[in-house]
Amino acid sequence: MHNTPDNFGSKRAAYIQGAKDALTIPALILGSTYMGFGALVSETGLEVWHALISTAVNWAIPGQIATMELYAINASLFAIAAAVGLINCRLMPMTIVLMPFIRNKTTPKIVYYFMSNFIAVTGWAAAMKRCPNLPEEQRLPYFTGFVVPLWSVCMLATYIGYHLPGLLPAEVTMGLVFLNPVYFMLVFLADFTQPGRPTALILGAILGPLTFLLTPNWSLLITGLVAGTIAFLISERKLKKAQS
Amino acid sequence: MNGLDSFLNSDFMAPMAALGVAAAVTYFWRGLGVAVSGKMDKDSAIFRWVTCVAYALLAGLIARMILLPIGPLAELGLEQRAGATIISLAVFFLTRKNLLAGVTAGATALVLMAKLGPL
Repeated sequence: MHNTPDNFGSKRAAYIQGAKDALTIPALILGSTYMGFGALVSETGLEVWHALISTAVNWAIPGQIATMELYAINASLFAIAAAVGLINCRLMPMTIVLMPFIRNKTTPKIVYYFMSNFIAVTGWAAAMKRCPNLPEEQRLPYFTGFVVPLWSVCMLATYIGYHLPGLLPAEVTMGLVFLNPVYFMLVFLADFTQPGRPTALILGAILGPLTFLLTPNWSLLITGLVAGTIAFLISERKLKKAQS
Repeated sequence: MNGLDSFLNSDFMAPMAALGVAAAVTYFWRGLGVAVSGKMDKDSAIFRWVTCVAYALLAGLIARMILLPIGPLAELGLEQRAGATIISLAVFFLTRKNLLAGVTAGATALVLMAKLGPL
């Protein structure tokens, strides 16, 4: 993915290129991760439908794992809502940031409300990289072409993974689950040269674990607001200096 | 009624409540993001701030998932996860930023360390 063309030629070509980009390394990594998730659900003693419904309507791995872990220890529904809500609060700024790069004038708003279900780290990072350079009408097709096949692979992998425990040693399940954060880390490192991002990424990576030790539930919210605001102030100062 | 009652309290429906609640709060953030984005100018300072917050949140979450995970990885020691992460980073940079090589090396190292136990 070293070349980032500015134009795929048509909407159809944009869909196809999105699918091509998704069905290589991203599908391999997320597929493995979701096999790990399926295995985890099966060890929790739930049915395969629970695993599939979770992947279908709650697609974003950290919240899915938290839901299953909390359910396994008999946490209250309120506790589950609060914990998952705080883990997934990142999806709001992520959606806000992505929207201008996938929006176009002709697509009805309801489509975006539906497609927002597919906003998760992998597709988001890919669209943030590709879409700003594309003609407006090819942006949503590229994103859709990327995330829908990827989501389908995750559904299939969840199903397969559910039937794997017993076949797979526990260490391998751990390895599959570990693939995911390591992959995300490398994806962001690969994009590190984009202006303004390194500060936010470094501060967030430091503050995330530290605040988690103090207050696991509020950790992400605090990290986002504090590290994000500091990174913003630093980059605005640089911007002003560059202008003057 | 008895049938419906036992269905609602069955092993199938009880987890559904947890999944439903999780899906609802998750969609809330995504839907709110779509709603808010319509009122925000891409070239405004507040948009740049939200971008920084998004990246900080993502980095914080990823670092936390590696260093202080919940789920099956929590059974491993911090030194095992940190060691596997360092191996992954080393291979990634040595292979001139090859994602697949870096990720595979990290996960393989983790599985081996988990099998062999604490060093």
